Amino acid sequence: MRTLRDIAHARTGDKGDSSIISLIAYDPRDYPLLVRHATAARVKAHFGALVRGEVTRHELPALGALSFVLEHALGGGVTRSLALDAHGKSLGSALLSLEIPEAEGSDE
Amino acid sequence: MKDSGRIVRIGAGAGYAGDRIEPAIELAERAALDYLVFECLAERTIALAQLERRHDPSLGYDPLLLTRMRAVLPACRRRGIRIVTNAGAANPAGAAAAVCELARELELAGLRIAAVLGDDVVEQVRHVGLRADDTDDDRALRPDEILSANAYLGVEPIVEALAGGADVVITGRVADSSLFLAPLVHEHGWAVDDWTRRARGATAGHLLECAGQITGGYFADPGVKDVPALARLGFPIGEIDEDGAVTITKLGDTGGCVTSRTCTEQLLYEVHDPRAYVTPDVVVDLGAATVAEIGADRVVVRGVVGRERPRELKVSVGYRDGWTGEGQISYAGAGAVARARLALEVVAERLRITGVRCRELRTDLIGMNALHGDALSSGWLEPYEVRARVVARCDTRHDAERVANEVETLYTNGPAGGGGATKSVREIVAVTSTFVSRDVVRSAVQWWTA
Repeated sequence: MRTLRDIAHARTGDKGDSSIISLIAYDPRDYPLLVRHATAARVKAHFGALVRGEVTRHELPALGALSFVLEHALGGGVTRSLALDAHGKSLGSALLSLEIPEAEGSDE
Repeated sequence: MKDSGRIVRIGAGAGYAGDRIEPAIELAERAALDYLVFECLAERTIALAQLERRHDPSLGYDPLLLTRMRAVLPACRRRGIRIVTNAGAANPAGAAAAVCELARELELAGLRIAAVLGDDVVEQVRHVGLRADDTDDDRALRPDEILSANAYLGVEPIVEALAGGADVVITGRVADSSLFLAPLVHEHGWAVDDWTRRARGATAGHLLECAGQITGGYFADPGVKDVPALARLGFPIGEIDEDGAVTITKLGDTGGCVTSRTCTEQLLYEVHDPRAYVTPDVVVDLGAATVAEIGADRVVVRGVVGRERPRELKVSVGYRDGWTGEGQISYAGAGAVARARLALEVVAERLRITGVRCRELRTDLIGMNALHGDALSSGWLEPYEVRARVVARCDTRHDAERVANEVETLYTNGPAGGGGATKSVREIVAVTSTFVSRDVVRSAVQWWTA
């Protein structure tokens, strides 16, 4: 099973009740794969009930990176959340387990 | 390549209030620096500090400030490194007075300390009908619930303090990036409407403000993203030229690493819209930014552009939001997960039948589903041990205590083999935000000389 973790790394931050996760290709040539397979819709479905709001995706081709904003994902935000991980720092690790197709090579 | 003139070197001495001390000492004693900046103020720190100041008017600034200053002031004085920090929290003047006293004790006669005042706007916003947004129970805040309201100031008062000859500048709430942009505006003389250079300086600040997060902290993933010597992580140095190109580096003999990967992660960190990253000083556009390795532990970030700053300033409002009560207890061995699940059911039922009033109740199995819930964690093997966690938000301290106690009573009343119970109760100080016109915020600089 191939996952995003095989081609990309991630960092998670928080702003209010939103989680902001960057997804960065190790090899810039894999950036189109991220664009194709890490869509906002797939990311929202992956997180399911954890994300109660919209998922917005920003594309940053010059960095070979995507940035996702997951609204209403932090139980009211770090100052109010009852979650063990109130900042949602661990959410990027969950994003990296999103599956991507096996056979596809990197393309231009 | 054209000559971009003088380089200003800024070190990051702390990325949050509780950060390690020694990396800043290494920078102060051995790095070629013009400035050392300590970012010590999380979103709700000021609200908590405001509570402290009510108990003792001389307090309300970062409790580690004097420890940090004692560690670096002599070297900074000797080497001509100026310090900027937001560790003044709810009481920058009190912090400056305390640092002045410390400087006298350290025999640093003549050291000039400036306090930046004016971020406190609680009287301006107390009666404007704020709402606790971003929450399930969206509601209007009563004026008496509001503990603090602090505007995110920009570079102006810090630049004023530096122009006036401050060796140490202590602020309350200012935008984190402004702590770094201010020395650059002061040194490079960037005009107030030189949006692109200011955006680049703000980006340098954004990259540096979390200190170790750009030198290999919050990055390591063994076998995938390895980082050398995390226990001796070196803090970053930014070298910023007159055009605003920023090179990130660190001392060579410290742990960690500066790579295009660490820098790209930090460049996008907590940025809501990469093409419109709003600061009080400028709106930053990272859409065409590039990150390139130019040597060992040397990365240059270019291509950032800027747009006119916003007319309003963001205000962070702290308010009381009830109490949380929390209890945890662990189970291990065969059947551990089933016993932990039973424990959670028992506590939930106890809270119902004893009439504990909870505004929100959450139960977790730490080791199973506490971080990402049941859906993402299903299909993984059951762990050897698991920790049941019950946490609730209540209106009263009494109810919060009853939640925590119901977990502890599992020792003698719950499933077999429950061990290591802990409980805690704390008042919630929550934060929401609003905006005010720049006109209502009046910053000022106050001086001390050791």
